[in-house]
Amino acid sequence: MADIALTEADATTSRTARAETTRRASRGDARFHFLTWLAAATVLLIFVGVIISLVIGSIPAIKAYGLPFLWTSVWNPTSDRFGGLPSIYGTLVTSALAMLVAVPVGIGIAIFLTELCPRPLRRPIGIAIELLAGIPSIIYGIWGLFVFAPWFQAHVQQPIIDATSGIPLIGTLFGGAPYGIGIFTASLILSIMVLPFISAVTRDVFETVPTMLKEATYGLGCTTWEVMWRVVLPYARSGVIGGAMLALGRALGETMAVTFVIGNAHTIAPSLFAPGTTISATIANEFTEATTPLYTSSLIFLGLILFFITFIVLAFAQWMPLSLERQAGTK
Amino acid sequence: MIVSKGLYLRRRIANNVFFVLSFAAAFFGLLWLAFILSALISQGVAALSPILFTHSTPPPGQPGGLLNAIIGSLLMSVLAVVLGTPIGLFAGTYLAEYGKHTNFAFVVRFVNDILLSAPSIVTGLFIYEIVVLPMGHFSAWAGALSLMVIVIPVVVRTTENMLILVPGGLREAASALGAPMNHVIRAVTWKAAQAGIITGVLLAIARISGETAPLLFTALNNQFLSFNLNAPMASLPAVIFQFALSAYDDQHRLAWAGALLITAAVLAFSIIARLLETKRN
Repeated sequence: MADIALTEADATTSRTARAETTRRASRGDARFHFLTWLAAATVLLIFVGVIISLVIGSIPAIKAYGLPFLWTSVWNPTSDRFGGLPSIYGTLVTSALAMLVAVPVGIGIAIFLTELCPRPLRRPIGIAIELLAGIPSIIYGIWGLFVFAPWFQAHVQQPIIDATSGIPLIGTLFGGAPYGIGIFTASLILSIMVLPFISAVTRDVFETVPTMLKEATYGLGCTTWEVMWRVVLPYARSGVIGGAMLALGRALGETMAVTFVIGNAHTIAPSLFAPGTTISATIANEFTEATTPLYTSSLIFLGLILFFITFIVLAFAQWMPLSLERQAGTK
Repeated sequence: MIVSKGLYLRRRIANNVFFVLSFAAAFFGLLWLAFILSALISQGVAALSPILFTHSTPPPGQPGGLLNAIIGSLLMSVLAVVLGTPIGLFAGTYLAEYGKHTNFAFVVRFVNDILLSAPSIVTGLFIYEIVVLPMGHFSAWAGALSLMVIVIPVVVRTTENMLILVPGGLREAASALGAPMNHVIRAVTWKAAQAGIITGVLLAIARISGETAPLLFTALNNQFLSFNLNAPMASLPAVIFQFALSAYDDQHRLAWAGALLITAAVLAFSIIARLLETKRN
């Protein structure tokens, strides 16, 4: 080491070389930072772009119909008269019915997976339920149309119609001819589709419940049901609601599965077995066939309404777990 | 000591009812899976034949396959992933490494999670407005772009989640060696989170391979085999939609075959993603 004597000049070159390297590195850093920022800004741009393009596309329909579009039920392409009520009604009713089935069943599955299921079976059954979420929606559609609807028509709808006819209210709710397809069938298929979302989120939040809390409750002599109902569920409440909202967001916007089995009728029938339509099914079915600018614009206006509804539901879903974290006082 | 027999009995009965209901819920879920998969396999396998991969979609009454739809789906999916993955990867990196707690990162995170679950048909309308209308015609490019809009949020979400899991000590060690930040991210953090990021991309592929709604009015459909990205292009989901609603039995069979192919592909991607995930753990 000692015989390598650095001259003054050498030291200067190495200093400038080092400074040059540092400068280059920090330039590279700035470039990379900017690149990642640009990508993040692209995400924001897409979101803003979706809203702006939908608003611009709906301007002709908004000018022609204004807010009454929301509660007008005429849908007549030949006379260019459009109202969104049947589609909005169908979207809300199918999603509500789907949630009515999927929330209790989803929570039941989560309880089964975390508390009751024998340990070696937990993973395979959990994966099997999650597979339901992996199956593309068009598969639900084709299966619903060719397999489920005929089976449902013969073995479930007919008996229910026979059993309830004559009863006021309930008889109307399940009245009419057994088409197989319709609002009720679409809701059932939707509920199967969103089931895994609810059970996965619910299971995850159940696992965050401190074991100590459960053991303490068992120690007081509570049954499993009491532990789940009075301790685990209240503790995991916001997470479960967040998961349900996420599932609702999916149900509201689901297109293909519904398009196949809802019947595509722009009517609001009192019977749940009657055919109907949803916003997404209307757009999917009619968009390429829309012949007049006002027709296209009305469909885009429906899309804007759908985006608005799902935005509120999804924003609420995001806000729920946030408030959960705040409650826990961590993060 | 007085023990209320009635109360005890009631609590036990309630507990047993709850057990039964919870079992029933799990059974309900598995039943549908079995119902769907068995129908899909029995109908789909019957329709499988080599001609599916050698011929394009036929007019009614003639034999044919799904070649144009398979090629179209592959082309548009590959394009969507190639275009969407870098954007998603970089945006996820920004959220995890640079932005973190800034307001901008908070807004992007919020918007990204909305896009993640937003109705796919709306992304189709968006691309229709900004690509199809200005171009004046439907095209494979528009289809690929609408799928890209679905890919990006999935990749952003998984990338950020995976990068957050990388221990800070690893970054500090690399920085202490004098590596500039972009080098630390590319050579250390990305490397450490590699399996997770690839899982995210696979999940995104699984998600778009069955996606139908946005393709209906972006790529439309094409009865013939086409490699022209500026023209309408067939895709498996669009062909299934068209053929399932047609009145001909042989077209129904093709729709089932297509459904089986898509499901097999999606499940394969999901399984590979899951294997990667377990390997990481």
